Amino acid sequence: METIWFVLWGVLWAVYFMLDGFDLGLGTIAPFIARNDTDRRVVYNSMGPFWDGNEVWLITAGGVTFAAFPTTYAVMFSALYTPLLLLLFALILRAVALEFRSKDERPGWRTVWDLCHFIGSFVPALLLGVAFANIFRGIPIDGEGMFHGNLLTLLNPYGLLGGVLFVLLFVVHGALWLAIKAEGPLSEKGGALAGGLWWALLIVAVAFLVATWFATPLYNNYLTYPALLLIPLVTVGALLVTRLFIGQGAWWKAWFASSLTIVGATLFGVAGLYPDLLPSSLDPAFSLTIFNSSSSPLTLKIMLGVALTFVPIVIAYQIWAYFVFRHKVTPEDLASDEAY
Amino acid sequence: MDIITLSRLQFAVATYFHFLFVPLTLGLSILVAIMETRFVRTRDEEYRRMAKFWGKLFVINFALGVVTGITLEFQFGTNWSRYSKYVGDIFGSLLAIEATVAFFLESTFIGVWIFGWKRLTPRAHAVCIWLVAAASNISAYWILVANSWMQHPVGYVIRNARAELADFWAVVTQSYAVFMFLHTIFGAYILSGFFVMGVSAYHILRGRNVAFFKKSFAMAVTFAAIFSLAELVIGDLHGKEMMKAQPLKAAATEAVWETTTGAPMYLFTIPDEANERNSVEFLGIPKLLSWVALGDSNGVFRGIKEWPKDERPPVALTFWSFRIMVGLGLFFAVVSVIAWFKRNRIEENPGLLRLLMYSIPLPYIAAELGWTVTEMGRQPWIVYGIMKTTDAASRLAGSQVGISLAAFILLYTVLGIVCFSLVYKYARTGPEPISAAAE
Repeated sequence: METIWFVLWGVLWAVYFMLDGFDLGLGTIAPFIARNDTDRRVVYNSMGPFWDGNEVWLITAGGVTFAAFPTTYAVMFSALYTPLLLLLFALILRAVALEFRSKDERPGWRTVWDLCHFIGSFVPALLLGVAFANIFRGIPIDGEGMFHGNLLTLLNPYGLLGGVLFVLLFVVHGALWLAIKAEGPLSEKGGALAGGLWWALLIVAVAFLVATWFATPLYNNYLTYPALLLIPLVTVGALLVTRLFIGQGAWWKAWFASSLTIVGATLFGVAGLYPDLLPSSLDPAFSLTIFNSSSSPLTLKIMLGVALTFVPIVIAYQIWAYFVFRHKVTPEDLASDEAY
Repeated sequence: MDIITLSRLQFAVATYFHFLFVPLTLGLSILVAIMETRFVRTRDEEYRRMAKFWGKLFVINFALGVVTGITLEFQFGTNWSRYSKYVGDIFGSLLAIEATVAFFLESTFIGVWIFGWKRLTPRAHAVCIWLVAAASNISAYWILVANSWMQHPVGYVIRNARAELADFWAVVTQSYAVFMFLHTIFGAYILSGFFVMGVSAYHILRGRNVAFFKKSFAMAVTFAAIFSLAELVIGDLHGKEMMKAQPLKAAATEAVWETTTGAPMYLFTIPDEANERNSVEFLGIPKLLSWVALGDSNGVFRGIKEWPKDERPPVALTFWSFRIMVGLGLFFAVVSVIAWFKRNRIEENPGLLRLLMYSIPLPYIAAELGWTVTEMGRQPWIVYGIMKTTDAASRLAGSQVGISLAAFILLYTVLGIVCFSLVYKYARTGPEPISAAAE
């Protein structure tokens, strides 16, 4: 039962990164690619109907950590206090920027929210990468779950590399989304940027895979269960296929390949982590595992019933929502009263 | 300041701020859904303009409600990690269910609703806002079940040095939760009704879009009148429930120090906490308190002094918050019923309109005071009778929490001002001209 919840936990994070990843990535590149107010509005409206629903995957991932592994939730969230609050502030800024920017036409007003939106997109992408790399590596927690470090402890080279990897994964993903949703030159710009940044992503991804060997014990699970190697192989394959589709200008296909890359990258880390949830870098005996930090069997059982009933329903209506707004953002959309 | 105080202050800031936005979401979503449904049924453009105008105010308000809610969820882990570890088996699962069952639904369909005016059929579009309304109210239920469990823990066993779930059904259906839920959403509906009435009053007083705003007003006043009357009943039932589950909190809300048989209710009381007595008690109605609280005019009302000093909540704060909330609740019932009888000729009552316009903040105050009673009246317990607040906080550095608290106050102040000035701006501007809305 704990293992089932561990898999669900990993999948929730993976889906969150896949969905909100394009919002965060697009927000990060927007200042560099959207040069006038119309282009910027295309960017905002391309994620308009989706970002809120995407963000709930984060809430659910957090909620499931709380419900299924409360001890991990307690230790992880208090140990990562400063980065988590920075993440929250950034996400607040992003949401408010999206919602408020269009509500006034003064350029100064819009510039402020553009800046907030950039911060609110880039900072979460970076922090989530740094946090997860540090989780893979282990953080200095003692037997009481007390954290012996500070923000700088987390900003070690491997952690930062993880941050850069997440930012690059998301910006490629976001640029592809813009290529899908925008028309004409802006769409081409998005596609071209995705193609260019892809090479940077490839280099960082390879560096990360190598650094993971030296900095973390993640590969131990892969040596014990070679079948798991399928995950990184599919991920690398998806990354290469992404480039192939970018070359063909097949944006939807490239975006799906990029989605698979993100999901695969997340699951690669999560599978290597098993059965740990939060390894201690001080002493493996202090590590929080799915067994020493989980909820009672009754809670896990009830939660599983809820998850298996409602998550498929959620997926169904979210797919429907994406289908309703599958079209490009047109000038007519921008003229509508409700548009961002 | 110590870490407990700082963490409590931070939680208070986050909660008060969050609850400035939640009630309007709960109630206005329903009003907008009713307006849009009427449009679908009658095809009267006026109703569509109404749904669009009030919907825009709803959306501005909604954004801040969502983001401030995330902060609350994460704060249990960041600032209250010992609490989270101890009760996560029960409390965590309620929050997770809330996200899965309700929050997804709400957040997905609000996006579809905002952007879907032209992409969906009118009927499908109206269904979206009903889903948002239903989801936000379902969401409230799960959150209030979680809070009720902190007030009146049931269905648990202490095992493995923590509270573990023993009876899920008991947790989810306990009557404390049901009454707290009804009390809270009715309060939210009153707030929304007064918000729509107040904004409508502003425009009617200025003679702008009078037909449009009279229609809005009539809907809102009906809504407000129904729920402010219902709230009198539910508030009383919730109070009786509190009397059973948390007699000390009940004693603090009325500032009753000594255990009294057939306790009177004083219309004017000033508690003197330091000396454990009331410095003023005036206009007592014999036996009324025992009758209201216990359903028996000769019932024994237990006084605060029955509990040791270190287990008592702050009495004066709890008392005043409760008194003012109840006073406002009576005011809402009287005013909305009067306004309901005059709703068809409301433009002939400028005094009443002005009163309603200036009453917009009052339900907000009542709601925040209600939470003050709920949360302060439970102290020093974080989970009533099981865990003390002082045992619940994370072991953080004071500077960490000090800085984040300052950042919260700064950010929330700025965002609050921006949000309310936007609501004010759009509320004052009024609906789109008829031609623009009809295209």
